[in-house]
Amino acid sequence: MSSNVQYWEKTKKLMWTVLAIWFFFSFVIHFFVKALNNIVILGFPMGFYFAAQGSLIVFVVLIFWYAKKQNAIDEEHGVSET
Amino acid sequence: MNQTKGGFIENLHKIYGIYAGGFLGFVVFLAILEQLGVPNRVIGYLFVFLTIAVYAFIGILSRTTQLSEYYVAGRQVPPIYNGMATGSDWMSGASFVGMAGSLYLLGYDGLAFVLGWTGGYVLVAVLLAPFLRKFGAYTVPDFLGTRYGGNAARTLGILVLFACSFTYVTAQIYATGIIASRFLGMPFEVAVFVGLLGILVCSMLGGMRAVTWTQVAQYIILIIAYLIPVIWLSTVNYGIPLPQLTYGQALQEIAVLEQQVGITKLHNAPFTDYDPLNFFSLIFCLMLGTAALPHILMRFFTTPSVRDARKSVGWSLFFIFLLYFTAPAYAAFAKLEVLKNVVGQQIASLPRWVDIWGQIGLVKINDANADGILQWAELTINRDVVVLATPEIAGLPYVIAGLVAAGGLAAALSTADGLLLAIANALSHDVYYRMVNPQADSKKRLIVARIILVIVAVFAAWLASTKPSDILSMVAWAFSIAASGLFPALVLGVWWKRTTNAGAVAGMAAGFAVCLIYLLGTRYGGMGLWFGIKNISAGMFGIPAAFLTTVVVSLMTPEPSKEMQDFVDQMRIPKGDVMTDMG
Repeated sequence: MSSNVQYWEKTKKLMWTVLAIWFFFSFVIHFFVKALNNIVILGFPMGFYFAAQGSLIVFVVLIFWYAKKQNAIDEEHGVSET
Repeated sequence: MNQTKGGFIENLHKIYGIYAGGFLGFVVFLAILEQLGVPNRVIGYLFVFLTIAVYAFIGILSRTTQLSEYYVAGRQVPPIYNGMATGSDWMSGASFVGMAGSLYLLGYDGLAFVLGWTGGYVLVAVLLAPFLRKFGAYTVPDFLGTRYGGNAARTLGILVLFACSFTYVTAQIYATGIIASRFLGMPFEVAVFVGLLGILVCSMLGGMRAVTWTQVAQYIILIIAYLIPVIWLSTVNYGIPLPQLTYGQALQEIAVLEQQVGITKLHNAPFTDYDPLNFFSLIFCLMLGTAALPHILMRFFTTPSVRDARKSVGWSLFFIFLLYFTAPAYAAFAKLEVLKNVVGQQIASLPRWVDIWGQIGLVKINDANADGILQWAELTINRDVVVLATPEIAGLPYVIAGLVAAGGLAAALSTADGLLLAIANALSHDVYYRMVNPQADSKKRLIVARIILVIVAVFAAWLASTKPSDILSMVAWAFSIAASGLFPALVLGVWWKRTTNAGAVAGMAAGFAVCLIYLLGTRYGGMGLWFGIKNISAGMFGIPAAFLTTVVVSLMTPEPSKEMQDFVDQMRIPKGDVMTDMG
């Protein structure tokens, strides 16, 4: 059981990490849209870019990264399915 | 049967590869027919009926007499394919046809939808999908009923599910009617029932199993149809077939032209339609709503393992991302076209697409100052035009317009399928089996499931055929309703063991009630907005109300039984079998 407690602690830590990144790219970065719009790369004002593309890419990568990390935690604590 | 099924799963890449190739070949074949002088109308009909025939074929091949196949596709859908199915389940007719148009009209502020409808999947992946998969429910209310001990939670779950899914499915059937009538010229009321037929053949015989494999087929068509016109346009204008990259240049040109024309509401400028509070509230409500919509969550019940459920959410978002990160390119190219070739031109000599879509009232020109030249303010564009007219703007042959129609139809049908199944399964599994007749054998349960499915579908189609403007405008409410009524109960059910039955029931009721009161009160009751938050973001009040009520009531009631706490512990680890017995 103590192993399960540790397992859940690590799982929770990963959850909060992912949610923090999610929160940053869902909200925080877009607070600064006006300042970011002054930077232009390949024609994209960066404030616009992050809402249209940048944050989305982060979300996709974040989920795959989470899946990998969580699988590793599963295996480490012997609670994975195989 | 099992053997052929195994063969099917192992050969998915090959089967769907041949299918995608076959579809492209079909498009080329129709293009040749068009060059040979076959009329547009015939090409339109071929597109619509042949794609529906393919979906029907898959639907009939996937018929089943097994409960677990009917409700969760036998839990053997590989993550990538479940991702594609979720993609088409998620992207509605409105996403396909209208999203780019909203971005055209709203500029930066419209990106709240792009963010809101993607970011929610992070919450699905981390907070819910793997645990619900381990739990092994057939439906979302089934989870609530088991975790919160009884029919009160289950009934509330069904009510919320119904409130958020039914208006949504009506809107999807309405969209199939609009697309079919626009491209085939058939009367709208008839087109709605053609759409209904397209939905029923995919879902009735095979339930989740049939819907899954048709949704994969529909995803392939809709993404091809969405990408081809805009890739073409990008190649013609900038020489690079990557619209998502080249529209940066379009944004620069737009900025220059906006200044010349004297437009004050700039495309790139934030907070012109929504103030920051409303912009961020909308993102928040759409994200939490995404993570609580039953027709999405139930897709993750179908993967072979918990590990696959996690990965599958990633694939889902990837396939959704392909469309959503292209939509702003459509919007930018359309705006550039309008600023360059439409505004400031002689009204007598506008581009052809303006005429074509003007004839059916989607583009309106009103020469207010009667100078024969079109000003920016004299032009009104329906949001659907942006995607629908791009083939003509790019100078593509009619066959591509037919392709776009087939794509829009695929998007609307696949979403309707998923929603319909979510509603009908809640009624047949949760109401009939769990509450009315727990002794029913599997044969009887399947018959009941199918009858309910048909009744719900016919009712929604009838409602859609009356063009109920009130119901259609309520679709956007689904996200706030799901976020307020279901999200807190689902998340706390997994993550906070101390959540009691009374707490969850009270929380769901409170969230649902606050959300509905705000929605209905501000719309019909003459109630003023609270803190200026628009009613689409009613979840801003419903969500905190639900969380707060759940926590307070849970702390006031005795903690859940040892048995329930062990049950939650079991749900939190992937190891072991699914935890519910479905009889």
